[in-house]
Amino acid sequence: MRVSSHSRNLVPQAISNSADPEKPSEGSVELEHVSCRFGSFRAIEDLSLTIRAGEFFSILGPSGCGKTTILRMISGFIDPSAGTIRIGGEDVRGKRANQRPTSLIFQNLALFPLMRVWENVAFGLEMRRVPRSIRRKRAEELLTLVDLVGAEDKMVSQLSGGQRQRVAIARALAVEPSVMLLDEPLSALDLKLRQHMRAELRSIQKRTGVTFIYITHDQSEALAMSDRVAVMNKGRMLQVAPPHEIYHNPSSGFVAKFVGETNVIEGKLVRIADGFGTVESPLGQHRARVSHNVQGESVALYVRPEHVDVSRQRQGDNAIEARLQDVSFEGSFALVKAVTAHGHVFLVATDNNDLQRLPSNTENVYLHFDEQQAFLLQSDREQCIT
Amino acid sequence: MLIILPNIALIESSFRPYLPLNEIDGPRDSYTLANYQRFLSTPVGFDIFGMSIDVPIHLRIFITTVLYSIFVTAIILIIGYPAAYYMTKTISPSNMAIFFIVLTVPMWVSEILRSFAWFTILSFKGPLNALLIEIGVINSEVRWIRGYYGIIIGLVYTYMLFMVFPLYSSMQSLDKNQIEAAQDLGASWWRTHWRVIVPHCKPGIVSGCVMVFMLSAGSLLVPSLLGSPNSLWFTQTIQQLMLEALDWNTGAAYSLLFLSLCTFVVVAMMWAFKVKLSDITN
Amino acid sequence: MFRHSQIKIGHLYLALFLLYLLLPLGVMGGASLNDSRFPTVYPWMGLTDKWFIALWNDSRMWGALRNSVVVAIGVVLLAVPTGTAAAFVISSMSGTARTILYGALIAPVLAPGAVIGISTLLFWAKLSVPPGLHLSVLGQVSYIASLVMLLVLARLRSLDASLEEAAIDLGASHAQVLRYIVFPHLAPALTASAAVAFFQSMENFNITLFTRGTSSSDTLTVYVFSMVRGGVTPSINALALIIVSVTLLVTTTFALLRQSSKRP
Repeated sequence: MRVSSHSRNLVPQAISNSADPEKPSEGSVELEHVSCRFGSFRAIEDLSLTIRAGEFFSILGPSGCGKTTILRMISGFIDPSAGTIRIGGEDVRGKRANQRPTSLIFQNLALFPLMRVWENVAFGLEMRRVPRSIRRKRAEELLTLVDLVGAEDKMVSQLSGGQRQRVAIARALAVEPSVMLLDEPLSALDLKLRQHMRAELRSIQKRTGVTFIYITHDQSEALAMSDRVAVMNKGRMLQVAPPHEIYHNPSSGFVAKFVGETNVIEGKLVRIADGFGTVESPLGQHRARVSHNVQGESVALYVRPEHVDVSRQRQGDNAIEARLQDVSFEGSFALVKAVTAHGHVFLVATDNNDLQRLPSNTENVYLHFDEQQAFLLQSDREQCIT
Repeated sequence: MLIILPNIALIESSFRPYLPLNEIDGPRDSYTLANYQRFLSTPVGFDIFGMSIDVPIHLRIFITTVLYSIFVTAIILIIGYPAAYYMTKTISPSNMAIFFIVLTVPMWVSEILRSFAWFTILSFKGPLNALLIEIGVINSEVRWIRGYYGIIIGLVYTYMLFMVFPLYSSMQSLDKNQIEAAQDLGASWWRTHWRVIVPHCKPGIVSGCVMVFMLSAGSLLVPSLLGSPNSLWFTQTIQQLMLEALDWNTGAAYSLLFLSLCTFVVVAMMWAFKVKLSDITN
Repeated sequence: MFRHSQIKIGHLYLALFLLYLLLPLGVMGGASLNDSRFPTVYPWMGLTDKWFIALWNDSRMWGALRNSVVVAIGVVLLAVPTGTAAAFVISSMSGTARTILYGALIAPVLAPGAVIGISTLLFWAKLSVPPGLHLSVLGQVSYIASLVMLLVLARLRSLDASLEEAAIDLGASHAQVLRYIVFPHLAPALTASAAVAFFQSMENFNITLFTRGTSSSDTLTVYVFSMVRGGVTPSINALALIIVSVTLLVTTTFALLRQSSKRP
């Protein structure tokens, strides 16, 4: 995003309260043993989570996993059936949405269609009985911040998707929230615009210092923007960690499979030594890191496609014999599909430059991976993740 | 193209019945003037906002009809708005079908029975008086059907649903997120309604008000059944002229006046609230 | 999402609202079963069927009922084709002409019934046609046809124009398109508008009062009206109870049928 010096100067005064150094915890959000049930349906079960002030925090999970419920509980539209929610250290039980220091950006943005852009932005101020001239001035400042100068008097319907997005952000920022809650606001945009808005959201968050809680089912969005990511499924938190940790060291098979592509070898744990375990499967014996507790002997070995190499000769222990089947060109890289004699499918990501040197699909090849880059987890087959 | 030509003839014939007003008033000009003069004759004392002025009796009836119709419309809006709002917000779609059937029962039952129901309730020896005496609120029977009270009660009841349905359908089309967004930005209950819900429902509100006003002002049944001799509705005046005095020409003139009033109200409302005709009838 | 307290207030309000709408009808109907000289449910004097018997023996009521049905059938027969045709014309037009015609066609819905009644009466009187039930039919048609038009128009709007084009593309003539594409699509709206036309005609008062002519040609509504004005006995309540029950039965069956046909 183009950040003019003008708009940069504007930020501290724009979001004065969250930049106040004397209240460092103002934007923190804590959930303590929170549950939420709708009739007999348990949307959230005994969930505890701490989000630090000023953090860009993403909650990632498949649709229906309860992530929106969490957002709505924080914003005050749903009361938790049990547990405590604290915003900035203060218990917000009984406080309605219009009394909480949070701003929600809706999936469909929910801009007011009958109001002009600046009226939308200044709506929160109007509700706080700020005089009209000041409202107008603040709206202009905020529209500058989101790079929408000159759109003040347009109707919402005259704006493009990306512009509406910015109006929604400006409207949410206008009330100077300590926490911004974003419910998949980018999902309606096309890919190009989405990637652009990601960077912009991130930069607005950095400049304002407001805590962002971002909900998404798109793992690349979560990984690209967040300080920390929480992966959820079926109303439970599976892992809360920085993006690289989530990607390289997932705590469960579900996380490994949900975040990025991964190859799996199910097998029996033969031994563990020095933080490495050996798995025995019909494909042979393979070694991988063990960084999360493994119980029982039914385990699964995961390795990302970009950590698998292809060669004509067998090299070292972590090798699998297979035949290449087809190649899908993905732009900056290519995904190669390899099939073992047992019918087990492996994905290999290769550099485009290597495509010419790939063996033909008639000869047997060997897939290799480094034991440092592969990881062992308890097999989740019994849990039957859908 | 094949259907247009024969049908223009059909439509034309279906609408001929009320064109004649102009024909009658047109060629016989001398008559018409006399008829309109009658509207302005027979002045009587008229209290309006504490002031007493002399106003022709028929004009007085005309004005009271309009004022009371506005009053009725306002009451219906006040009662009907929350009903429509809560219908959209607190009834699940699966229950809505049943709720709708129950709700529409009074609508299907004819207008005359709706007013007759209140005639029964409010009558001198009726259940309301008996009940109130029994529980000691009043000592002797009260004549409820007196002045304009009965008419107002009856009109509000009879035309309530004509307000609730347009309101409901316009509220239903409002994205729930809009309400939540307003609340999230700090809007109180009242301000959410005023700034978000009411502007969105404007077409529904206008069409409901237009419908109710027209029906109330044009009602003949309710004032005849629930009115008293000293509470004449303008339609009753017309009816007396037509069927009792058999003065069809004056009747026609009054009808035309009345029709212009209605047209004026519709056009004025549409203009004031920038609503299109197609929004009203839908 | 709503908070529980708000939902409770909402339900309470709606319950009161329903009570307000339905209780008067209940009182009115209930009064017919009370063995009292006046139509009332309170004080309760015991159950009786004498008002129903009195009603059964009232020949004026039967005449009025017959008149009502005759008029209603006439209205349905005239209003449905006229209204449908009008809807076709409107939907094939655009621009200012459409707006003007549309305004002219729906004016009768908004115009007061009394005015329609009077203008019908005057017009035909000029042509030396005496008032009577036939005029009632014509007067009612002028506004009921507009209702029909609105219903059909709404349905026509949902008809996918490409369907028509596809049919023509496959070699259908315009008549065949009407017969096989348009009418099957309109059928529900036509049924509904016939029902609406019938009910509207049955309950019409304003137009009928001015056009019916002599008192021997009462319709049911006019009969009830004159009975109420002339001195009420609970037999009117008995009639009301019957009408309420019949409408309730018809609407419920209709709604249930619609529900079950929606479910695959």
